[in-house]
Amino acid sequence: MKNLKFLFLGTLFGFILIKAEVISWFRIQEMFRFQSFHMYGIICSAIVVGMISVFLIKKFNVKTFSGEEIKIAPKEFNKGNIFGGLMFGLGWAMTGACPGPLYALIGSGLLIVAVILISAVFGTYVYGVFRDKLPH
Amino acid sequence: MNFLTQPWPWYVAGPLIGLMVPFLLLMGNKAFGISSSLRHICAACIPTKAKFFQYDWKAESWNLVFALGMVIGGLIAGYFLRDPNPIQLSESAIESMNALGIKDYSGLIPSEIFSFSSLLTLKGFILIVVGGFLVGFGTRYAGGCTSGHAIMGMSNLQFPSLVATCCFFAGGLLMTWVILPFIMKL
Repeated sequence: MKNLKFLFLGTLFGFILIKAEVISWFRIQEMFRFQSFHMYGIICSAIVVGMISVFLIKKFNVKTFSGEEIKIAPKEFNKGNIFGGLMFGLGWAMTGACPGPLYALIGSGLLIVAVILISAVFGTYVYGVFRDKLPH
Repeated sequence: MNFLTQPWPWYVAGPLIGLMVPFLLLMGNKAFGISSSLRHICAACIPTKAKFFQYDWKAESWNLVFALGMVIGGLIAGYFLRDPNPIQLSESAIESMNALGIKDYSGLIPSEIFSFSSLLTLKGFILIVVGGFLVGFGTRYAGGCTSGHAIMGMSNLQFPSLVATCCFFAGGLLMTWVILPFIMKL
């Protein structure tokens, strides 16, 4: 059960997402309409904390709890970052959710969100099938 | 107890979300990212010959377990410790969404759009099914979502993640300001 710690961490993350209200379609609309600082504050402070953490881990060559060297795979640039990014952006404003919030919303009892998730899985599947034919 | 039922301000929630990055790195050398779980679900559940799904998804099972944890976290925070009050949106936001025809602000998401009865309408089908498809297709095509690119990628100063994050926003703005008003009239 080495995955148990990830179950715990995921539970914590799902909890935070609900308490942060970032799972709310209303909040996402508010963000894209520039009518509140809430979402921007969350995303920016999360990035700053993440950045400082990664910086410190690299600077002091921090190891994992089990003593492994920490390695972060770089992201390779391709046109998918643009085309796929735009597509996801459209879907984000339609459903008001990125993949993470989908899981948390289903947990909160909103079963209709499972339809969004199934559709998202299907979207990933269609991408995988046509991947070679898409510009990258 | 109030702290557990009330919504959290951005300066509490944001840093906690950011801490997922070092937690995952320290606990198991894992890069924070959620949308990969959709790919693992395909690889695990859909019989296919597509090369994109021919890999050892079990080696990435931590990601699926993490996603399962998120469902549990959503159950605890959004069901058992549910804040009974509606979300404190800005007045201007409510005004804008009123103009889109939204009236019910009591839940986490608008019941006028996201319900099984709305799924059978053109508007509901587009927003739920087509929207979901775009989330799944787009995140994989882009190589990540808000967590993988905007938070993990930016934390690691990755240029592709900056590009992707800007495109997420561009797509969202285009939908919100140009396309959504049409869909809401359907």
